[in-house]
Amino acid sequence: MNGVEQETVGTYGLMAEFESPTGLIAACEAAREAGYTKLDAYTPYPIEAVWEALGHHKSKVPLLVLLGGLAGASGGFLFQYWVSVVAYPMNIGGRPFNSWVAFLIPSFEMMILLAAFAAVLGMFILNGLPMPYHPVFNVERFAQASRDRYFLLIGKIDPHFDPTETRRFLEGLAPVEVAEVEE
Amino acid sequence: MSQVFAPPPDIDRLRSRAWLAAAVGIAVSAGGFFLDRGQFFRSYLVSWLFWLGIALGCYAVALLHQLSRGAWGLMIRRALGAATRTLPLLLLLFVPIVVGLSEIYVWARPEAVAADEVIQQKSWYLNRNGFLLRAALYFLIWMGPAWLLNRMSLRQDAAADDRTFRRMQGIAAPALGLYCLAATFASVDWLMSLNPHWYSSLWGVNFIGGHAVSAFAFIIPVALFLAGRKPMDEQFQPRHFHDYGKLLLAFVMLWTYFQLSQLIIIWSGNLPEEVTFYLTRTEGGWLWVSILLAVGHFALPFVLLLSRDLKRDARKLAWVAVVLLVMRWVDLYWQAAPAFAHGEGQHGLHLHWLDLSTMVGIGGLWLAVYFGELKKRPLLPAFEPYLREAVADE
Repeated sequence: MNGVEQETVGTYGLMAEFESPTGLIAACEAAREAGYTKLDAYTPYPIEAVWEALGHHKSKVPLLVLLGGLAGASGGFLFQYWVSVVAYPMNIGGRPFNSWVAFLIPSFEMMILLAAFAAVLGMFILNGLPMPYHPVFNVERFAQASRDRYFLLIGKIDPHFDPTETRRFLEGLAPVEVAEVEE
Repeated sequence: MSQVFAPPPDIDRLRSRAWLAAAVGIAVSAGGFFLDRGQFFRSYLVSWLFWLGIALGCYAVALLHQLSRGAWGLMIRRALGAATRTLPLLLLLFVPIVVGLSEIYVWARPEAVAADEVIQQKSWYLNRNGFLLRAALYFLIWMGPAWLLNRMSLRQDAAADDRTFRRMQGIAAPALGLYCLAATFASVDWLMSLNPHWYSSLWGVNFIGGHAVSAFAFIIPVALFLAGRKPMDEQFQPRHFHDYGKLLLAFVMLWTYFQLSQLIIIWSGNLPEEVTFYLTRTEGGWLWVSILLAVGHFALPFVLLLSRDLKRDARKLAWVAVVLLVMRWVDLYWQAAPAFAHGEGQHGLHLHWLDLSTMVGIGGLWLAVYFGELKKRPLLPAFEPYLREAVADE
């Protein structure tokens, strides 16, 4: 990405294991202060503070939902306009052909429909699910992440990543163990 | 937590400014009263309904908070409570409407009723005595529970008392239902009957939805003022304003939903006696007021309030709230004023300086009393069971 070939081809990143959520949160904050950006954290249950400590990146899903909604609303409206004004103009109770008030509800429904599609499909496309293989599961102790341990991962794709420097950094955060994640 | 959250002394400065505005507004409006009596009463009605809407909205939101709990409501409960204690003033300010009843309402002019068979049919409801009796009943329904709840809330300053906490909830439930009923009838009496030929079954909820928008549009700037000063500067947090922003957005959408439903129903029905409402409001200058309302009361605040960052920024949120407060007046003016021109051959938009001066006069008086009430009590009930949770750090 930065044009420099990384030597550690078989590495996905480095993973530190913590015994408590507070340890993980402190580690997340320290990693961000050290300039790391490609971070991920794994906890047995959702912890909002971890999300904050990671510097919650803004998801692109809301933008997709907005675009879906706008496409649905304008598409729905234009379709009705085409039907009632261009293709089959009919005088109904003396109302104008472009009876925009009556078009509002179907346009609204189309907006909801396409926005919902955009939300669900966009979510799947952006998070890459379903994902039958992920390198983090190569770390044997990672199974604990669904029980009572908290993990912080620094990815190799991070511009600051250096196999020895990053390992030393993570070991300085008082983890239980630092493991290399094989690709 | 035994800290006393005394209101900041700055409130007095706001209060003296409000008194000044009241003096100027009332003096100018009094002049207008002698120059153009009819216009005075018509402008007065809209201005009075605007400030009444804020007080009643605060009352309804306070009831909603009693029922649902939540940190958002606890933080502003005393600010809402102060607004409910302005209801006696608003009752007093109702007197000029009674005096000018025949100037405002067609059905209160005997010669107009004699010439109009439709009004004759409706005169069993639309008559002077019934109007006054019902107004008294509405104020009783609103002021009774408000008085009780204000008294009980004061008790929570003195000692921890779980029974008070529960009894307040017990009062709030029927009070909220009764508020909705009374407000529905009040909207028919005070606004819809301006054009006695016309009717809409969505009018009442429209009125109530407007109250809720008014309440948050007013309370957000008040909360911003308090959040900038001791002792509340350490209690208010971005998440509280985030909640006010979400609720403001919800009520803006609710108001739009009611307005749009009314439009769609009337458009679909296409009945000659109903469509007049929208015909007069899409003619000439009124078309632009209608568009202003759609943009300013819905589209613009809706898009802005979607943003999480804006809702957490109290200052920016307060700007949106101020825009909505202005729109609340536009909405009431848009509902009332076209009906005044009815039958006089002038349907156009005619803004009058009395519209402004009565707003300033009533508003100054109302705000002066409001800030006086706000100053009377600690800003948080010290022994409220959920207080510690409400002010906790994120």
